[in-house]
Amino acid sequence: MTITLFIPCFVDALFPRAGISMVQLLEGLGHKVVCPEEISCCGQPPFNSGYWGEARPVAAKVLEQLKDAEAVVIGSGSCGAMVKKFYPELFAGKPQEELAKKIAARTWEFSDFIVSKLGVTDFGAKFPHKVTFHDGCHGLRELDIKKSPRALLAKVQGLQLVEMAEAETCCGFGGTFAAKFPMISTAMGDVKCASAAETGAEYIVSNDSSCLMHLQGLLTRQGKPLKTIHLAEVLNQR
Amino acid sequence: MSTFASQFLKQARVMTADLRHRKIIRTALTNYEIVRDKRKGAFQSWESARQAAAETKWEAVNHLDKYLVELVSKLEARGTKVHWASTGAQASEIILQIVRDKQARSVIKSKSMTSEEVHLNAALEKAGLEVVESDLGEFIMQLRDEPPYHIVFPSMHLTRGEIKDLFQRELGDAPSDSPEELTMVARRALRKKYLTADIGFTGANFAIAETGMISITENEGNARLTSALPKTMVSLLGIEKVLPRLEDLALFLPMLATAGTGQALTCYNTMYGGPRQPGESDGPEEFHVILLDNHRTELLADAEQRDALHCIRCGACLNACPIFRNVGGHTYATTYSGPIGSVITPHLRGLQDWKHLSNASSLCGGCTEACPVKIDLHHHLLQNRRNAATEEPAFFERSLYQIFGFVANRPALWAVAKKLGRFGQPLQNLVKGTALDPAKAWTQTRDLPPMPKESFKDWWQKRKG
Amino acid sequence: MKNEETVLSEREKILARVREALKIPAHVPGAHGTAPLPASAHSPAADARSWLPKVGDSFAEQLALFQSTAAELKAEVQMVASRDAVKAALAKMASDGNWKRIATHKGELTDFATADLGLPICRTEGGYDVQEMEACDAGITECDALVAQTGSVLVTSLSAGGRGLSVLPPHHVVIARREQLVADLPAAFALVQKKYAPHFPSMISFITGPSRTGDIERILVLGAHGPKKLTILCF
Ligand code: SF4
Repeated sequence: MTITLFIPCFVDALFPRAGISMVQLLEGLGHKVVCPEEISCCGQPPFNSGYWGEARPVAAKVLEQLKDAEAVVIGSGSCGAMVKKFYPELFAGKPQEELAKKIAARTWEFSDFIVSKLGVTDFGAKFPHKVTFHDGCHGLRELDIKKSPRALLAKVQGLQLVEMAEAETCCGFGGTFAAKFPMISTAMGDVKCASAAETGAEYIVSNDSSCLMHLQGLLTRQGKPLKTIHLAEVLNQR
Repeated sequence: MSTFASQFLKQARVMTADLRHRKIIRTALTNYEIVRDKRKGAFQSWESARQAAAETKWEAVNHLDKYLVELVSKLEARGTKVHWASTGAQASEIILQIVRDKQARSVIKSKSMTSEEVHLNAALEKAGLEVVESDLGEFIMQLRDEPPYHIVFPSMHLTRGEIKDLFQRELGDAPSDSPEELTMVARRALRKKYLTADIGFTGANFAIAETGMISITENEGNARLTSALPKTMVSLLGIEKVLPRLEDLALFLPMLATAGTGQALTCYNTMYGGPRQPGESDGPEEFHVILLDNHRTELLADAEQRDALHCIRCGACLNACPIFRNVGGHTYATTYSGPIGSVITPHLRGLQDWKHLSNASSLCGGCTEACPVKIDLHHHLLQNRRNAATEEPAFFERSLYQIFGFVANRPALWAVAKKLGRFGQPLQNLVKGTALDPAKAWTQTRDLPPMPKESFKDWWQKRKG
Repeated sequence: MKNEETVLSEREKILARVREALKIPAHVPGAHGTAPLPASAHSPAADARSWLPKVGDSFAEQLALFQSTAAELKAEVQMVASRDAVKAALAKMASDGNWKRIATHKGELTDFATADLGLPICRTEGGYDVQEMEACDAGITECDALVAQTGSVLVTSLSAGGRGLSVLPPHHVVIARREQLVADLPAAFALVQKKYAPHFPSMISFITGPSRTGDIERILVLGAHGPKKLTILCF
């Protein structure tokens, strides 16, 4: 099938390797991947700040670009929730409402697409490390994705997954929240990092790069050895 | 920024830096989570129970006029005096009038967040009455002259040592810091008050339209005593407390206990249907029920957020909230703190003054997941943000998003912005975390990832050739 | 009191605001954007039995559940063989506890069980002196039901000698018959309806273990305001 891969803005600018891994993994399964170059961002920053009027033109452009897509795969639970769950709300009573609903129904978060839609769990990846998994809140609670990433990790050779006590606790990123309330965001991140460190893991793996950016930022600043890595990159290790 | 918002930020800075405080809250709530999960697990289906509870509340709230009328006529039929108060001040005035009629000198109170909401204690004290909180946690907070820290666990942020010192100072009686002995000190002190109080005041967790009763959930027996001994009983409740039928309690009582304290059922769950009836041996001669609006009808008028009136004040959303856990209850400076407080305070006390509480959330949804009546809490926070920005957009923020949108929709400009970012980063690194750093809100505590030479799109375009 | 008119008008004002507000229908909770639910005569809570914690069908299972649940709640359950054995058990409790004075109410079981204790009795029927009851070592009552699901005792102001007797003395002793055991909370509420409606007692209370608090460091302490001890004497 032809997969329209939506690479979130921060993955594009800051974590290209996660995006490249997604392309390679999907192509490796024999699918055709297209990345609409006109899409920059899903519009979540203005949306989450309450500026829906400012978010709509950005989101409308995304809808326009995706309108003929067979399947839309989004490389982040957070942007996935934006398109799948919040676009219909953002465009409620607007001309694009129907289109938003139509696209929402065809949109998948990356790991869930692979497991639930494609039925694949094994990429033959090798990653001989002890890791713990961070559930990004939007993926977990808006899209109900908990099992898929774990099913994928279970098939990675040499990988040992140790769940942390605070696996489902928010890391504290929260988009603009991180900048508006940096002290709370940091305190939350510290709780998360401490829980991850307790497991003795070398890596925090997640399907959301934005959470990892926040956590890695804290870990680096504090000189902690714990590292972060996107799920797609783990799956792409041979 | 409203003064409430800057107060919040200031207090949040203090509290997040208080590692001792954070640890106390964390320990208490970790214990709570263990017992709560055990109790949830005992349900054959907690999820179905939540859905049924949500639908029952939906039915009650969306036919509130009908159920209120039924409740009141049933209450009055048994000799209860029902009062209606549009505002908190009116509620206090009704109670003061009862006090004057009865020539009362003292009031014993069992736990009631609604009385906190209307500042009842202050009104009664101003009128020269002795007011005593009888719930242990509330009693402690009253001695400290502070509002409750949490709607269910009023004194959870205090250690036994602090309580011992408090009792020593205020009561001159604190043999040790054992919770057992300290509880007995309070028991002795409060027993005397029960025996002499003229008026017993309570809140209510539910009101039953079908049978004309209020229902009170508690553990200590203080509400039982409050409603047994004084000659006059007064109960204050929000109009949203009504449930259609008595049998609904078979669902709500265990759900409230499970979500609230991790118990299968709290120790005393009591329904009061009137004053002492003929043939009964005790109980108040008069029973007054005050139904309070105080902006609840405004929340009711917001169909999108009407389900916030389903709240049974169990506190589960506070317990689940990572913001609450890190800034603590008092930082909110509201009667109702945590997610439910952040949702409803803008409706009760003004959107522009209190919108910061809706912004102070990562929208993680932990609250919504915890709520036994399935209130869509974190989406309401988002809606409050939208309503606030629509009503009074912040010039700077809106301009920023306008520029953002303009650039985002022009891929060539977006690419330039990325390049600028990459070349700007070494410069920004020179001032990282200082006042000159445009990203200082981020970089004071966190590093930014180095921007790679090649973005994903660069790679994609190159590959395409 | 304010004059009738203002009382009425506040009521009408609030109800008018409620009716105005409800003109716009609201969505069903948890269901993002679905249609409003119609008002139903069927209570969603009516099926509570299928979601609440499970209770076995047989009497033996229910009794065992009641005993274990109550014990977990730190209530004492004494199963005895006969009415006479209740009397003996109570007498033993009185001597073990060194009771000097008890409080009770008129009732078939309470009268029988307390008749030969030889202690001064504060009786509640027709009213009592609060100070006197406060000085009693135990309050002895009957009840309406025992609830297996939750280990609770269901009392009312009619069945248990009023409101104060079951909470004022430091030890509450409940005398119950085995047949009074009901399976769960829905059954308990059905019993209340059947037994009393529409003339409900002014107080109906589920007592689930002795009084407790966790307000100091969330550590459990018994006997916060009500009784420290709860004994259920069942025959
Ligand atoms: S909003 Fe829900 S979780 Fe929060 S206190 Fe109310 S009922 Fe409990």
